[in-house]
Amino acid sequence: MSDPGLLLLQVRFTNRAFWRNPASAFFTFAFPLMFLVIFTSLLGSGELEVAPGIVIQQDRYYVAAMGTFAVISATYTNLAISLTFTRDLGILKRTRGTPLPGWIYLSGRVVHAVLISLLLVVITSAFGILVYSADVPTGAALGQFLITVMIGASAFSALGLATTAIVPNAEAAPPIVNAIILPLLFLSGVFIPIQESSPQWMKTVGDIFPVKHFVEATMGSFYGAPLSFDWFDVAIVAAWGVAGLLLAIFFFSWEPRK
Amino acid sequence: MTVAIEVKGLHKSYGSVEAVAGIDLTVEVGEVFALLGPNGAGKTTTVEILEGYRERSAGDVSVLGYDPAKRERAFRRRIGIVLQSTGIDPYLTVRETVALYAAYYPAPRDVDEVIEVVGLTEKRDVRVIKLSGGQQRRLDVAIALAGDPELLFLDEPTTGFDPGARRNAWEIVRNLTALRKTVFLTTHYMDEAQHLASRVAVIARGKIVAEGPPSTLGGRAAAATIVRFGVSEHADELPEVARDARRVAGRMELSTTEPTHVLHELTSWAVTRGIELDALEVVRPSLEDVYLELTGGEAGAV
Repeated sequence: MSDPGLLLLQVRFTNRAFWRNPASAFFTFAFPLMFLVIFTSLLGSGELEVAPGIVIQQDRYYVAAMGTFAVISATYTNLAISLTFTRDLGILKRTRGTPLPGWIYLSGRVVHAVLISLLLVVITSAFGILVYSADVPTGAALGQFLITVMIGASAFSALGLATTAIVPNAEAAPPIVNAIILPLLFLSGVFIPIQESSPQWMKTVGDIFPVKHFVEATMGSFYGAPLSFDWFDVAIVAAWGVAGLLLAIFFFSWEPRK
Repeated sequence: MTVAIEVKGLHKSYGSVEAVAGIDLTVEVGEVFALLGPNGAGKTTTVEILEGYRERSAGDVSVLGYDPAKRERAFRRRIGIVLQSTGIDPYLTVRETVALYAAYYPAPRDVDEVIEVVGLTEKRDVRVIKLSGGQQRRLDVAIALAGDPELLFLDEPTTGFDPGARRNAWEIVRNLTALRKTVFLTTHYMDEAQHLASRVAVIARGKIVAEGPPSTLGGRAAAATIVRFGVSEHADELPEVARDARRVAGRMELSTTEPTHVLHELTSWAVTRGIELDALEVVRPSLEDVYLELTGGEAGAV
């Protein structure tokens, strides 16, 4: 079989195993939609001043925010945890002993994660349009939105691969991965919007890491005016992705850590 | 080419610990070669160097004409690996798993046939998570066979098996030899090496301490025959050939390389005196005795 054929085969088998694992299917797939309903139900459809004079609708904000949460869960969280499990089970070591090139195996996992996140973005958006009367971005905004999601999904996949290098074993994976990503999700306005009145340190921390830039680029393209889209945010996310990829290339382990 | 594996002066150190301390091995095409030794002797380190998982510290290694450390794809297309611990995606079925791995190879075997060979036909549509440990191990072997490799590595394939499962696994390996496959096996069971291998190398503390067909293993120690007999009276009048006999568990025991002569002398002596030699026994030392001797009695350590 040719290499592209093998890549497709990996994606297909990864997908099959993904849906048969109740934990991965539930946490990756149902979580963002559940959170969308919880947050909007809890916080209502009020208005929010995110910057001086910039007022947005809370429920529409959450449609975009949960879209980013879905992408990050399906790529970063899912890959970092599930790859650590496959590593500890010895599946990665076994694969390494076959003629399948390592990059095809990992690309298969990443492509699958990106496809799952795209599907989640579509579902979240459709849900938002139907239930919270969010507008679908059109024209240039749609292009910006799709590019943002694609770059975000790829970058967070690369960071997920890199994170496996610091996870000693499968049992430690969920706590370590969540300890990294949960505070960042809060500090980046995914669950509770960063407002004009939010503390400065929180804004500074958010500015350093890629989550907030990803949220702002998604928000800018999906929500539209009065929010604005800035390619700079996308570039920061991409830079983090490249850094993650380099770390993964040097430190990714195919065998269980001892 | 008739040589499948050639190893010269292989060394592997982890920090100051020398796991493999200079070993030489030659494995011919079509033979089942067993590397036998207690846990921690260096078996897995050696086999993982041959498979391309570890880099050696020193020495020359050639496997099917390749340097395994380069991990070339062409090399990996020609070998099959059964690792010491199984690692299979729990959510795929037996058939899906074998089909997936078969697809990695240029000329794979028929998927259903491979499943048949390891006796999992009835379980072909069952997910891996539902298989017993022994069944997963058989699936391991099926995965390694899927690509129709010329050379198969089996790292302790039956550790933890019950006797029935071990017999089944041995049957599978014996069927491979009929196909002219080369098998490199590691084990810490003497009987496994004896049943399967045409040649055995015994490894202890990173060194090969004996090598040869199982029947001649251990050289002179193994060549000796043990004669045991009971004698209630006249024990102090034994013939010349039995002067060195020791009393072991109520019987006399002696070791000889000339059993015919010794028996002739001994029985003539007994018949002349009208003595019956109770529980007369002539035995060859078992491979286990030889192995314990060679590895310094570490065989039982599991």
